[in-house]
Amino acid sequence: MPDLSINFAGIKSPNPFWLASAPPTNSGYQVMKAFDAGWGGAVWKTLGVPVVNVSSRYGGVNYRDKRLVGFNNIELISDRPLADNLREIEEVKKRFPNHAVIASLMVQSRQEWHDIVRDVTNAGSDGIELNFGCPHGMCERGMGSAVGQEPEVLQTIVEWVMEVAKIPVIVKLTPNISDITEPAMAARRGGADAISLINTIQSIVGVDLDLFAPYPIVDGKGSNGGYCGPAVKPIALNMVKNCAQHPEVQLPISGIGGIENWRDAVEHILLGASSVQVCTAAMHFGFGIIREMTSGLEQYMTEKGFHTIYDMVGKALPNVKHWEDLNLKYKVTADINEEKCIGCQLCYTACEDGAHQAIRLQEGSRTPEIIQENCVGCNLCSLVCPVEQCITMERRDDGTEHLTWKERTEAGTIPTEFNDERAGGRHHWVPEPAAALGKEKHKTLPGKARQYAAADAAALEATPAAGAE
Amino acid sequence: MAEYKTPTSEPEFHANFSQIKPRMNNSEALFESSRCLFCFDAPCIKACPSGIDIPQFIRQINTGNTTGAARTIYEANYFGNACGKVCPTEVLCEGACVYNLQDVKPIEIGRLQSFATREAIEQDKKLFGPGAPNGRKVAIIGAGPAGISAACELRSLGYEVDVFEAKSQPSGLTVYGVAPYKITNEEVLAEMAYLENQFGFRVQYNQPITSRRELEALEESYDAIFLGIGLGATNPLLLPGEERHNCVGAVEFIEQLRMRHHQTAVGRKVIVLGGGNTAMDAASESARMGAEDVILAYRRGKEEMGAYEFEYDLAKGVGVKGLFNVAPVEIVGNGKVEGVRFIRTATLNGQVQVVPGSEFVESCDMVIKATGQAKQTQLLSLIPGLQVDNKGRIVADERTGQTTNPKYFTSGDARNGGAEVVNASAEAKATARGIHAFLSC
Ligand SMILES: Cc1cc2nc3c(=O)[nH]c(=O)nc-3n(C[C@H](O)[C@H](O)[C@H](O)COP(=O)(O)OP(=O)(O)OC[C@H]3O[C@@H](n4cnc5c(N)ncnc54)[C@H](O)[C@@H]3O)c2cc1C
Ligand SMILES: Cc1cc2nc3c(=O)[nH]c(=O)nc-3n(C[C@H](O)[C@H](O)[C@H](O)COP(=O)(O)O)c2cc1C
Ligand code: SF4
Ligand code: SF4
Ligand code: SF4
Repeated sequence: MPDLSINFAGIKSPNPFWLASAPPTNSGYQVMKAFDAGWGGAVWKTLGVPVVNVSSRYGGVNYRDKRLVGFNNIELISDRPLADNLREIEEVKKRFPNHAVIASLMVQSRQEWHDIVRDVTNAGSDGIELNFGCPHGMCERGMGSAVGQEPEVLQTIVEWVMEVAKIPVIVKLTPNISDITEPAMAARRGGADAISLINTIQSIVGVDLDLFAPYPIVDGKGSNGGYCGPAVKPIALNMVKNCAQHPEVQLPISGIGGIENWRDAVEHILLGASSVQVCTAAMHFGFGIIREMTSGLEQYMTEKGFHTIYDMVGKALPNVKHWEDLNLKYKVTADINEEKCIGCQLCYTACEDGAHQAIRLQEGSRTPEIIQENCVGCNLCSLVCPVEQCITMERRDDGTEHLTWKERTEAGTIPTEFNDERAGGRHHWVPEPAAALGKEKHKTLPGKARQYAAADAAALEATPAAGAE
Repeated sequence: MAEYKTPTSEPEFHANFSQIKPRMNNSEALFESSRCLFCFDAPCIKACPSGIDIPQFIRQINTGNTTGAARTIYEANYFGNACGKVCPTEVLCEGACVYNLQDVKPIEIGRLQSFATREAIEQDKKLFGPGAPNGRKVAIIGAGPAGISAACELRSLGYEVDVFEAKSQPSGLTVYGVAPYKITNEEVLAEMAYLENQFGFRVQYNQPITSRRELEALEESYDAIFLGIGLGATNPLLLPGEERHNCVGAVEFIEQLRMRHHQTAVGRKVIVLGGGNTAMDAASESARMGAEDVILAYRRGKEEMGAYEFEYDLAKGVGVKGLFNVAPVEIVGNGKVEGVRFIRTATLNGQVQVVPGSEFVESCDMVIKATGQAKQTQLLSLIPGLQVDNKGRIVADERTGQTTNPKYFTSGDARNGGAEVVNASAEAKATARGIHAFLSC
């Protein structure tokens, strides 16, 4: 049995799955229920001077039949009295001494920070997370992402906190910034023990077509909110990777953003996270999803022979390179498995309209054919093909050559002008633009009508244009 | 047997004839429409005789543009709602869906189609209207799928259109013939009312055209005449005893069933003669009417039946039993039907041969003859110069629907010898264009 427990910057937890600071961690009732269900830790809904919330406050992005592929909110930090929260933290810790309870905090002045850090420490929190991420409501008051976007301010506040902190301090970063490593480095300079990312992305999830207002709608009006859920995972993964790879960050990372199942969690871990936090998935499906997550993670670790979480942390990082370090000599092109092809011809239209016109239709068959000379190996067809393993990208180079852009730059063989032979010259096959006209006009007519249309088209072609000699 | 209790009231009838393609709710439509791949040059479109742009309307449903979906459907097929429910989708659009090749359930195109059109009908969405009047008039004989489709298309081209219909309701066999578990009368008639409302053609019901004099009157007052008369009554078998009480034609039996519902009399033990789709329908319907035994008797082997496999499955599913390689030689009984005398057959080089000395009587108290519909040769013979082929089908130009009498055009069962609603609808649309081309030049 693999060991799922972690020691994250000194915070111990029976597994790496924590609930992110959000509605699921709003109360002692919820956190205990979650621990009971199997969650390893909880980052308490951000505490501070209690706020007032609006209704409604959530917006969703549905994709086709899938609900909440993306999610956003315009809620603020905890609207419950601090004293209640502290009492409940104490109670949770008494009953769950081995689970991680991390207090998320957001206040303004140095004094307030000192006070609240002491309060939550006294209540028994295992760690503290500084919320420098909230992208709505709080930032206008000079908190949340307003801090997260100013590395110097961020560093100062971290320093204030560190003056009194006796338990590990995590800095939660906002993704609403061009280079995530800057606030990450500031957190390190300030003395933080770890970072967590990402908080929500500033967003508008949709607009009501009848009311002309953005979602969520509060009495006919709306505001930009914070985006999260499955749709943000790619952004989160990249930011986790950036922090994990940066030589000057070097802090434990708690990965957050779009984690809904064990696979998402493993991806975060392989890119450098050593704990993961979940919000939207728990709001959508409840605490019960933890069973699938832990059992999936366990199964994966068993199959791969990983004994502890730390065997996997950052395992993918060596393979994440800069573009200039990629092998330009590696060459793949598409292959269609005719046995598997169902003839939807999605690959044909994708390549025809969206790529390099390297797929042709065949007379008498619905299975398209790859024009190998034109295929640039972009991958689009295999991505749109609805049949598993039907279009595969096959390696065509012999593996003996290896050349990167960086090496070419160093060797001085980079193209310097348009149509430079060293860039391959005019090597792309370019079809005649006019040949595109009317190409698909009669494609979708039924049986006979199609023959007639084709005949009409042919007749038209044969008729000399009016006025022509 | 007797899986169904004989219905004695309208609700019981509806329970026995519950819709096999029930209406989708919004969630079903959303889920189902999400699955469509949006194939290029989609095989489903090509498999639809009316060429509806299927991926387009499915995507419109999925994006909440149900009205646009209805428009896409009606642009190709004026019987959009009916076709979604009565088409043999298993062998048409859904049979061609690429998912079949992956052994995944094909998209439920028919139900999605009815979903979109039904909404438009109920909300009386104004999607089409008559074209600017062009001063010309066309008479249409028959308000079936062919006639009504031609009327819609001609109206949209600006023609004045009068429809003459022998019966009291529009839509032909859609309301008088198709099995009630495929579509309800209310649903058919709602679509008819919707179309009439959109296009504004005039229909004169209970107005059969039967004489040369009536035809002459039409020839004088109209620029063209469209024949959408379909087929005729059930063919006689020419067997001894055929006149006995309770030996009925399938078309006539089904028409009763459609019009009188639970008030239709059905035997306890029914023998249906024939192997086509109408035979399957008649057998299924008898079973659903509470007959204790229903036997489907066919001259050849099971595999040689003309009916679609899924239609036979449907009949088997309600307890119908097959009796193959038998030919009826006499309807026996004393005044009323008491049985059918059969002789066994064998198929030799494709020819049905009787097996001498193999006669036997299968008892029953009702015989339904599903042995094909006759052609309306009597009426057609009154039209000068009109040619019919050796099977009684009206000869017409494939593209324009023009007959050998240039003033007459035709589509549907009368021309193709009997096909589906969708064929009649698609052909009539093309023929309306043919009429337009003829009258415009
Ligand atoms: C029992 C049965 C079940 C069927 N089931 C299906 C099914 O499930 N799905 C499917 O797609 N198709 C089905 N069909 C076939 C389908 O109904 C026909 O192909 C279609 O209705 C043909 O349309 P039409 O307009 O050519 O003819 P019809 O529907 O027959 O319409 C002809 C119309 O013309 C009228 N008429 C005839 N002569 C005159 C006259 N002299 N003067 C005035 N009016 C006249 C008739 O009263 C009728 O209203 C079935 C057919 C039968 C018999
Ligand atoms: C409704 C809601 C409220 C949130 N409130 C807080 C908060 O108070 N403090 C905080 O640090 N993050 C807050 N977050 C951000 C989440 O902790 C988390 O960083 C983000 O949702 C990304 O994770 P996910 O994709 O798993 O949802 C909130 C998120 C949501 C959806
Ligand atoms: S989830 Fe629904 S019912 Fe519950 S508080 Fe929010 S709006 Fe009300
Ligand atoms: S996308 Fe795949 S299944 Fe569809 S035609 Fe292309 S190869 Fe065949
Ligand atoms: S064949 Fe099936 S998947 Fe393809 S467009 Fe038609 S309905 Fe959609």
